[in-house]
Amino acid sequence: MRGPHDVGGLDDGPIDPAPHELGFWEKQIDGLRGVIGAKVIVTTHENRRYVESLGDDAYETLTYYERWTAALSRQMVDKGLLTQAEIDARVRVVRERLAASGELAPGAEDVKP
Amino acid sequence: MPHDHHDHDHPAHSPPQPDDKVHSYYQILGVALKELLIEKGIVTADEVRSAIEKRDQITPAHGAAVVARAWSDAGFRTRLLTDANAAVAELGYPMTTTRLVAVENTADVHNVVVCTLCSCYPRELLGLPPAWYKSRAYRARIVHEPRAVLAEFGTQLLEETEVRVHDSTADMRFLVVPRRPAGTESLDEAALAELVSRDSMIGVAVVRQP
Repeated sequence: MRGPHDVGGLDDGPIDPAPHELGFWEKQIDGLRGVIGAKVIVTTHENRRYVESLGDDAYETLTYYERWTAALSRQMVDKGLLTQAEIDARVRVVRERLAASGELAPGAEDVKP
Repeated sequence: MPHDHHDHDHPAHSPPQPDDKVHSYYQILGVALKELLIEKGIVTADEVRSAIEKRDQITPAHGAAVVARAWSDAGFRTRLLTDANAAVAELGYPMTTTRLVAVENTADVHNVVVCTLCSCYPRELLGLPPAWYKSRAYRARIVHEPRAVLAEFGTQLLEETEVRVHDSTADMRFLVVPRRPAGTESLDEAALAELVSRDSMIGVAVVRQP
């Protein structure tokens, strides 16, 4: 069965050629992944496998770097480097900090995956 | 993971919001992961910053220098087509973690590159891939209707030209060596490199006569 990533040869619409300048947070994720890869904590194969395992809905609705972030989170838990509980706790702390500093967009306060 | 509690549209591959504010749970998650990994000594802030800086310095000019050298130096061209990793390392662009294959366009053959499964790309030579390269539409269609896709990019091939589509993997990346346009005999390598676009090295464009 085809996974959500396995799209080669399928039909689709016109290609949107619009350039997409990476945002700060996207560069952060790219850099973080680069360092973790260079330290051979994870490989490219593993990265892709995790992204493909996010499920059809996540694969279709998340942006590229959102998928990589979700995959990285699961990888760190599976490798025993972080626990889900400490990630969830830190997400709450970061969210509160961003809200307090006015960096959180209106409506984003309650957004969960 | 339903997104029905979002109060804004969130289509796949949507660009970041223009106001620099944090909109996505995943942006928050990314900050949280970075902080935790630094605190545990798994990565350092300097390492991440340095990785971003190095990435930002790689532009398609690296690949263009490789192509211009291949056009100007027959010996280099042969080395590039037989052992691309060794050839690009000569120019100071080492690719140590993946195999690189250079594929040359000729009067009879046009090459184009995709990563159908994701986004593998010769980042060491071209920088980060453009959004369209990572898009579902490009990945899906280029392998079964390459001429139609190329036409969308403004590239019309002759009916008799053979099109070869190369699917990248985590271990193997491709660089298209476009055809050198006529009328460039007097140009030096630096001037030639100026003509070589990113898209021509992915294979969705050709290099035009200056």
